[in-house]
Amino acid sequence: MPDPILQTRGLNAHYGDFQALYDVELEVGEGEVLAIIGANGAGKTTLMRSITGLLTNGAAQIHYRGQDISRLRADEVAELGLAMVPEGRQLFPSLSVKENLMIGAQVGRAGPWDLKAVYDLFPILEERKDQASTSLSGGQQQMVAIGRALMANPDLILFDEISLGLAPIIIKDIYEALPGIIGEGMSAIIVEQDITKALSVSSRVYCLQEGRVSLESASETVSREDISRAYFGIE
Amino acid sequence: MEWLNAIVQGTLLGGLYALFAAGLSLIFGVMRLVNIAHGDLIVLAAYLGLTVTTATGMHPMAALVIVVPAMALIGYALQRGLLNQTLGDDILPPLLVTFGLSVIIQNGLLEVYTADPQTLNAGSLETASVAVGGVTLGILPLLTFGIAIAVIWGLQWTFYHTALGRAFRAVSDNQDIAQLMGLNRRHIFGLAMALALGVTAIAGILLGIRTSFDPSIGGGRLIFGFEAVIIGGLGNLWGTLIGGVILGVAQTIGAKIDPGWQVLAGHIAFLVILAVRPNGLFPRVSG
Amino acid sequence: MNLQDYSVSRSSKAARIAAILAAIGLLVLIAAPWWAGRADMRLMGELFLYLSLATLWNLMAGYAGLVSVGQQAYVGFGGYMLFALTMLGGLHPLVAIAAAGVLGALISIPVAVLIFRLRGAYFAIGTWVIAEVFRLSFAQISALGGGSGSSLPVAIVKSLASGRAMREALSYWLALGAAVLVVTAVYLFLRSRQGLALTAIRDNELAAGSLGIDIWRTKFIVYVVTSAFTAMIGALIFLQKLRISPDAAFSVNDWTAFVIFIVVIGGIGTIEGPIIGTLVFFALRETLADLGTTYLIVLGVVAIVVMLKAPKGIWGVIRSRYDLQLFPLGYRVKHIGQSKEN
Repeated sequence: MPDPILQTRGLNAHYGDFQALYDVELEVGEGEVLAIIGANGAGKTTLMRSITGLLTNGAAQIHYRGQDISRLRADEVAELGLAMVPEGRQLFPSLSVKENLMIGAQVGRAGPWDLKAVYDLFPILEERKDQASTSLSGGQQQMVAIGRALMANPDLILFDEISLGLAPIIIKDIYEALPGIIGEGMSAIIVEQDITKALSVSSRVYCLQEGRVSLESASETVSREDISRAYFGIE
Repeated sequence: MEWLNAIVQGTLLGGLYALFAAGLSLIFGVMRLVNIAHGDLIVLAAYLGLTVTTATGMHPMAALVIVVPAMALIGYALQRGLLNQTLGDDILPPLLVTFGLSVIIQNGLLEVYTADPQTLNAGSLETASVAVGGVTLGILPLLTFGIAIAVIWGLQWTFYHTALGRAFRAVSDNQDIAQLMGLNRRHIFGLAMALALGVTAIAGILLGIRTSFDPSIGGGRLIFGFEAVIIGGLGNLWGTLIGGVILGVAQTIGAKIDPGWQVLAGHIAFLVILAVRPNGLFPRVSG
Repeated sequence: MNLQDYSVSRSSKAARIAAILAAIGLLVLIAAPWWAGRADMRLMGELFLYLSLATLWNLMAGYAGLVSVGQQAYVGFGGYMLFALTMLGGLHPLVAIAAAGVLGALISIPVAVLIFRLRGAYFAIGTWVIAEVFRLSFAQISALGGGSGSSLPVAIVKSLASGRAMREALSYWLALGAAVLVVTAVYLFLRSRQGLALTAIRDNELAAGSLGIDIWRTKFIVYVVTSAFTAMIGALIFLQKLRISPDAAFSVNDWTAFVIFIVVIGGIGTIEGPIIGTLVFFALRETLADLGTTYLIVLGVVAIVVMLKAPKGIWGVIRSRYDLQLFPLGYRVKHIGQSKEN
């Protein structure tokens, strides 16, 4: 197992009085694709928000390449090379398609992804580059969101529920493109409700259930029963 | 003919009001903050101009070179030091804090400069005029109007053609996701306020040349800027220019009927527009 | 856990004690013309009027979410109505005060229809514009002194009471009565169903709307009622001052800045807050007012610091530390059989 690019130790997260994550321990290896599955409200998005710095946690709970990032602001975390494709796309309505992509490059990190590379990957975006991003279809918006994250040339990219609200054929296309997107050297976390898709592109999987890790396994070998038990919390 | 003259003068006056309003509009657009101290900051800029011109003997327009960066710096510090803490879902903190700020600035100016009316001496610029048709156009009002157009054009250009403008729009759309893009929202807000106060500085200097000023007139300037924004429609800078013009024309026509009615006529025009077009004439966002 | 072990009540021991103390205090205050000097009575009268204004502003801003920086419109309006109705209409001052309230309510209706089109801070500035319109309009009325104002004629002053001591006592009792009336009315209103609706709106407007509470109408009623009472207080204020002018009647500093300061420092959104705030404000004024502009700068700084560090004001701090509520508005759950309340 290569050295972990991301590691959480005893990660707790609260919204006011409500605790959403309990002692979550997980690891993402360099160049690995990790899947995180779980029901609604299990804590998947809270976990993503904690990792990216949108939610502040106690000290020493999240390490990125050995550095404690628990207390960093989201923009500081982004500069270290983490990018996220947020749940629900969350494109900037005031920005055109092209501007959404360009703002992804705001961190100014060097790498293979630039406007041309994103247009090569998703040609439809070049056709619509000056349109308001919100005038695109769901699938196209997802492409913009993915492109926006890639423009940051991240070392670790987080995909938060990218199949949500999309037609099956679009989901199929995106997941077929995913291995090419993640490419060599990039690490990824894929948060999904679509378990089959998540397992198909990942090497390992964690399952969250009511804020706790209920399963950790290799994606290839995990059984349906194990997943059902872990997903629903049935003993 | 005299009515035409009044309309022309009112239109040019609208340029000054648009400058009052531009900073207000920018800040509301980027961070949904309405700064009650905005008018007092315009007056502060005029007083800074006064200090600079009396200390150096510069022409007030030349003093812009010092006053604009100074006010921009003040804006950045103000935003990061104080106003960023008030931002959030509750409308009370920014309102009450900027109200307190208004009281502090007004009385601070009173302490330092006293209540005596002051004016910025711009020499021949104040009275120079040119005759066009049958109408006499003052050079200063023409210049002010031209500057207003240039400033608004510049702000639009910044918003839609620069990385900074992209950042402003992104942060205003979605603070969280903007941060994921590596944008430090506290810094961005600081820059927005710096830009707004830079514009305010220009407004203040032009105000100071045009009329006499004292620490108490801030509230009135805030109201004029606010009225121009509402008449023009929220979120639209060119609309704000038109709003300023409508306000200016209403005021000069009112003054023509009776000099004591100038300001009241403007308020009434504002209320009428509020009654029939609550979102203003060219709205882009809802308040 | 057995439900019979718990009781739900409105008041606490502290509230009951406070009520008794308040009743005693009220008797002492009523007797003031017999134990207090003229200057002290004037000061207390002013205090009661500011307390009334603050309680009213707090109802609008702290409960209905309508932050106005233009209540001076109604203070001045009430004052001018007093002068107009007595000088030009021949009404007795006390009748004029009541009429000022009614007229204040009437004029606030079209005003509300207009400015309710604005939200948040824009609403606030809108209220300021209205106040300016009032000020500029009244300055045009020469029968009331135009721009320089007028004094209340001696005959009208004497119609209140023939002796000066009696007049001053009457002024004082009117102010005290107004404060008691306003605080009681606000307290009872907040305990009522409309009041509950208001608190729901304050806490979560979206949720309140989904419960079927008509938000616009509730806010509208609060605005009209507050303006009516504010106008009456304005009439009382200028009955005390005996002289009115547009700048004094519609002064932002006197009738808005100070009132906001009182409510913010005391504790916005509570009934106890304005009471504490008024006491603090007057204590500060008596000690610092000689410093002129510095005093106002200090006020501004204190207001900002309180807003940022202790947004619930002095009473908010006390309430959370000691779980105290002197004007019982919530409900308390008590475990019967235990010696302590929780």
